[in-house]
Amino acid sequence: MNVSYYPGCSLEGTAIDYAASIGGIGSLLDLTLTELEDWNCCGATAAHSINHHLSLALPARNLALAAAAGRDVVVPCALCFNRLKVAEKALQGPEGANLGIPYPGGIKIWDLLDYLTQDAYLKDLGPKVVRPLTGLKAVGYYGCMVARPPAVTDKKEAENPQNLERLLKVLGAEPLDWSFKTDCCGAGLAVARPDIIDTLVQRLYERALRAGADCFVVSCQMCQANLDMPQKRIGKQFSKDYYLPVFYFTELMGLALGHPDTKKWLAGHLVDPLPLLEKIGFGF
Amino acid sequence: MPTILTEPLEPSFSLAQRLAGLTSVSACYQCKKCSAGCPLTFAMDFYPDQVIRLALLGQEAQVLGCRTIWVCSSCETCTTRCPNNIDIAGVMDWLKEAAISSGQALPQPDVTRFHQTFLDTVLMAGGRLSEPLLLGLYQWRCGSTLGKLKSGALVADLKMAWELARRRRLMPRLPHRLKGVEEIKAMFKKSHLSDTREKP
Repeated sequence: MNVSYYPGCSLEGTAIDYAASIGGIGSLLDLTLTELEDWNCCGATAAHSINHHLSLALPARNLALAAAAGRDVVVPCALCFNRLKVAEKALQGPEGANLGIPYPGGIKIWDLLDYLTQDAYLKDLGPKVVRPLTGLKAVGYYGCMVARPPAVTDKKEAENPQNLERLLKVLGAEPLDWSFKTDCCGAGLAVARPDIIDTLVQRLYERALRAGADCFVVSCQMCQANLDMPQKRIGKQFSKDYYLPVFYFTELMGLALGHPDTKKWLAGHLVDPLPLLEKIGFGF
Repeated sequence: MPTILTEPLEPSFSLAQRLAGLTSVSACYQCKKCSAGCPLTFAMDFYPDQVIRLALLGQEAQVLGCRTIWVCSSCETCTTRCPNNIDIAGVMDWLKEAAISSGQALPQPDVTRFHQTFLDTVLMAGGRLSEPLLLGLYQWRCGSTLGKLKSGALVADLKMAWELARRRRLMPRLPHRLKGVEEIKAMFKKSHLSDTREKP
């Protein structure tokens, strides 16, 4: 399959490890991700918070580029996906004319997790698993923006999505049920109000541990950053020694499918997942 | 802590009318589902249902000056669950933009500054965000370097920057100027972003 790919700004920067893992598994799955030429920032939380025009115009330009490329567009960043969907709705509504960006439509906007967990992909994936992730107890953490609000994302399962769990089962891991899979990590408040992140994320750590998890699995780089980067700081603050690695689902696909670069991708994390992997007999 | 109003209210419907283009706040029947599901209430001065109520009653100074709209993380749980389809998170955004335009003092200057610096950086970098530029510019605009140095926050920030840099996740490099940079500039011009700048 050949689809357009909109990486978003952070996949060129702080989430370069996520980008590498996506490229890596694409090659194993016969998926050609053609980067959208000349894509721009979607405006993110900043634009939708303080400038309505930019919050639509910036993603709308990307949609116009995607439509011109003529292929469905796959988006790994949850917020980029959400903003492109908001722009899609706006372009088709009364506000569209004001944006001055012609958009003929005819393409579908996918978030990467949804794209890779379509039935056909999951069916093909099973036989490709060479090292099942037996013994990996994980909670799937979807965060907010891939599903909410469903009027924007067109998702059927906004409160209790299941596709990450389905994928983990195919990879041989043990996905655990918990009630916080779509709770907020604090997202873009990480810089201006890190104290808020600490409160929200500590609650996620506690709930994950209570569910019996050894790790988180995410599809959003903002969630990954907020669960991974401050783990030491939060532990210190709450006098607890947290050890909960935060995997991208694509990294776990790389592990199970035996991609040789997986160890390199994992080296980008602040919470080193290797001790956990060794514990379950998954040494490199 | 949520604020309790002691003064009697003088309702005005102009704010609800201005919001009507976005969503119908008058459809609210105060079920408080938005506040019950909101993960950020611990950091708010008004609960989300109170913001909707105050907006409906036209209490402009209260809703434009409150902390709630700025600590809302836009997780969209409220909008998703509202039985009357009120776009509550959308109202929070609308109020933020209106609060800046109103020129009044804002209760969470760092949050506002972060959003503004983010958009400035996108424009400066030619259409895509440069994270090192954003973080550097934001810190510089925040000032109070001495205070941060004393509290240890600056050292912690620099340590984190180093941890990311040695993993090649925070690399200073020249911004990628887009071919369509003129289109981006035109969007910013049309957006009147400079009008929605916090007054010094």
